[in-house]
Amino acid sequence: MRLFYALALTLLAAFPARAEVNIQQVTSPGGLTAWLVEEHSIPFVALDVRFRGGASLDAPGKRGAINLMTGLLEEGAGDMDARTFAREAEGLASSFRFNVGDDSLSVSTRFLVENQDASVALLKQALQNPRFDPEAIERVRGQVLSGIRSSAKDPNDIARKTMDGLLYGEHPYATSLSGTEESVAALTRDDLIAAHAAVLAQDRIYIGAVGDITPEALGLLLDELLGDLPETGAPMPPRATVTVPSGITVVDFPTPQSVALFAQKGISQKDDDFFAATVLNQVLGGGSFESRLMDEVREKRGLTYGVYSYLAPMDLAETYQGSVSSANDRIGEAVSVIQDEWSKMAGQGVTEQELDDAKTYITGSYPLRFDGNQTIAGILVGMQMLDLPIDYIPTRNEKVEAVTLDDVKRVAGELLDPEGLAFVVVGQPEGVETTATK
Amino acid sequence: MIRLPALAALFSLVMPATVALAADNEAVTHFTLDNGMEVVVVEDHRAPSVQQMVWYRAGSADEPKGSSGVAHFLEHLLFKATDKMESGEFSATVAKNGGRDNAFTSYDYTAYFQRVAADRLELMMRMESDRMKNIRLTPENIATERDVIIEERNQRTENDPSALFREQLNAAQYLNHRYGTPIIGWMHEMRELDLQDALDFYSLYYSPNNAILVVSGDVEPDSVRTLAEQYYGVIPANPDLPERLRTQEPPQTAERRMIFRDPRVAQEYVSRSYLAQERDPGDQKTAAALTMLAEILGGGTTSYFAEKLQFDAPVATYAAAFYRGLSLDDTTFDLVIVPQADVTLQEAEDAMDAAVASFMKDGVDPEQLERIKSQIRAEQIYSRDSADSVANRYGSALAISLTVQDVQEWPDVLEAVTAEDIMQAARDVFNREASVTGWLMREEVTQ
Repeated sequence: MRLFYALALTLLAAFPARAEVNIQQVTSPGGLTAWLVEEHSIPFVALDVRFRGGASLDAPGKRGAINLMTGLLEEGAGDMDARTFAREAEGLASSFRFNVGDDSLSVSTRFLVENQDASVALLKQALQNPRFDPEAIERVRGQVLSGIRSSAKDPNDIARKTMDGLLYGEHPYATSLSGTEESVAALTRDDLIAAHAAVLAQDRIYIGAVGDITPEALGLLLDELLGDLPETGAPMPPRATVTVPSGITVVDFPTPQSVALFAQKGISQKDDDFFAATVLNQVLGGGSFESRLMDEVREKRGLTYGVYSYLAPMDLAETYQGSVSSANDRIGEAVSVIQDEWSKMAGQGVTEQELDDAKTYITGSYPLRFDGNQTIAGILVGMQMLDLPIDYIPTRNEKVEAVTLDDVKRVAGELLDPEGLAFVVVGQPEGVETTATK
Repeated sequence: MIRLPALAALFSLVMPATVALAADNEAVTHFTLDNGMEVVVVEDHRAPSVQQMVWYRAGSADEPKGSSGVAHFLEHLLFKATDKMESGEFSATVAKNGGRDNAFTSYDYTAYFQRVAADRLELMMRMESDRMKNIRLTPENIATERDVIIEERNQRTENDPSALFREQLNAAQYLNHRYGTPIIGWMHEMRELDLQDALDFYSLYYSPNNAILVVSGDVEPDSVRTLAEQYYGVIPANPDLPERLRTQEPPQTAERRMIFRDPRVAQEYVSRSYLAQERDPGDQKTAAALTMLAEILGGGTTSYFAEKLQFDAPVATYAAAFYRGLSLDDTTFDLVIVPQADVTLQEAEDAMDAAVASFMKDGVDPEQLERIKSQIRAEQIYSRDSADSVANRYGSALAISLTVQDVQEWPDVLEAVTAEDIMQAARDVFNREASVTGWLMREEVTQ
């Protein structure tokens, strides 16, 4: 593969839409709000439900509880043990995916229209009546612990953990949502019940649906599925204070290729300059072959397989980050090229040609993202969580077009902080030493 | 480089169903240009976008001995200059048109693709057809891009003990076939790849009579045909295209066992692979039975392995079976078991073998078979949601000489599999003499 897309770090929902996506707002009889795109050409429904807060709602000392709880939602519910539940889902050919992140717990579902009622009944059990059977807890706990131990020896995960620890201080963002071996080992069934109550509540639900279903039917479905959840959950965590250590932090790890992450302060998606920053990032390191970082570090010098930068606006903090990997004897050069590009961009901004090319890419790729019912259902939820208007999609490209050369230059000067760009390097880099001071 | 029986999946809590499928009601058109280039069109008019893919029937297993990695290296080099385009202009043009492009190399094929707005298809065809014959490489291209693929190997393989382990397992599995050599290449041979290696591979294999064009999205077959004739149809066939013959496996008569140690290993596990029959043109029955066997034996929470090894007598954190039938030559059927913290690798391997043995006695649970078949039927509906994945399915099949008919019959072949077919396939495939068992271990001896 010629380019390995940077993890799934599309936190930023510069999410565009199929040229004409007809979104309806649906309010269920019970008062739940959802966005729906009716798509009757294929007899199935994709439903995406998210609960804001996610793993950041872990109680003090209980890191990993929400992650473990999430892993147990499909491991037995109501009068079904884990195996019975799995057999039921298999027989219906429905898929339920439960995933938790720093900002939300998501439930991504698809089911055939002919199996709709049975699928909803099954999912409802998982969401509302998970059993947390002791043997299921131990089974999933073992899987989570295995993952934690693997992360401790994975240079990418070590880098992530180190960087988050430096950036976010005491905030939940500072630690892995999986928890530590100690914290996970100590979790009790009561902790999982508390974690469930903290996250799965009606006051934080966002819903997107796409497929062969009418607004009326969706409303009834949602009341059946979610109507009995408690009204409120745990209070949302506070915003994080981002502290960027200047300079380089080296973590010694014996492996042939060093992995580097870099980070500085970012920008909110609600900021008027967010689109200018998006254009700026597209030119600097935005994940295509055309970025300056890709050109300088990979195409011209062959120092890496991939180098990327990305705006990472999360619910409770904004950062601007990037990554690169190079052999231990070459990572030093890669880091200094990145530092140079950061400075150059901060001082001079982009050229007219770069601006035009970036805009064409950002606007032209917009409709391509709407490539399937499940993807679109996810986008609908993302839009709601960002508080975007329901008619946002056809207006989004105009906002990109409106960005001027001066805007980008000004934002480059304000946003980019070449002196404050922190690097974490994991490996045995030659000629690179820790210089960071907090 | 796309093959990843990934550990990411191995440790994932979510285990999606993996029976790969085809579908009825697909709007698929197939034809062949006069120069031998096959064309498949998959229509989906729900969104105004299109994907073009060109698949070459040339992958790492077609490389000459000593030049491992050249198929993948060439893939990278196809983004450099041609007679008409500057180095990098291909991707830059795609990006300027709001599109995305990439490429991937496997054992049996190399493929290039772009996703763009539907009205840009002609431009994509003009560029893709241009680089089928007209690349112009410089020594600088070679030196820099070779560094890039070496870093790619560092990233994917050298930095990941599991990847290094799998490489050794594969090398032991294949005594005489190129599937034993990694797609990305052995490091010492990658370092020596040069311009001539790349050009030799290019001139031998890149021609319309060795390629398949797959276009999916908001397109009409007639207009695709017109464009394809205009851009690809004018390229002469290569009369010297060699027949696709590779050195085949001799009878495998000795069970192989290996231990791979690395201080970076956090989670030890046991992996077992057996040489297995692949999907063959007009003969997919055994492959279908093996596909079902993998699902029934180790396909997730409802599988036999999960029952025996994770629920009844919990010894494993994870246990699974894998089979990948899309292969030109002999493929493998794989088992893996990740032991719980207090279980040794020997105990885990013994438990896995005991589970296989009891499965051979118990046979297939008819209810489980029926549930899996209902999933296969459902998948035919779900898969209509992604024309690109349908396109992929046709491209990857035609690239290994399956026919359109084979692809379209596949769901029916799966549906027709009986419990007895599955048990027969299991009896045939579980031959220890054709197997490799590997233990991935930490540096210290803990057993």
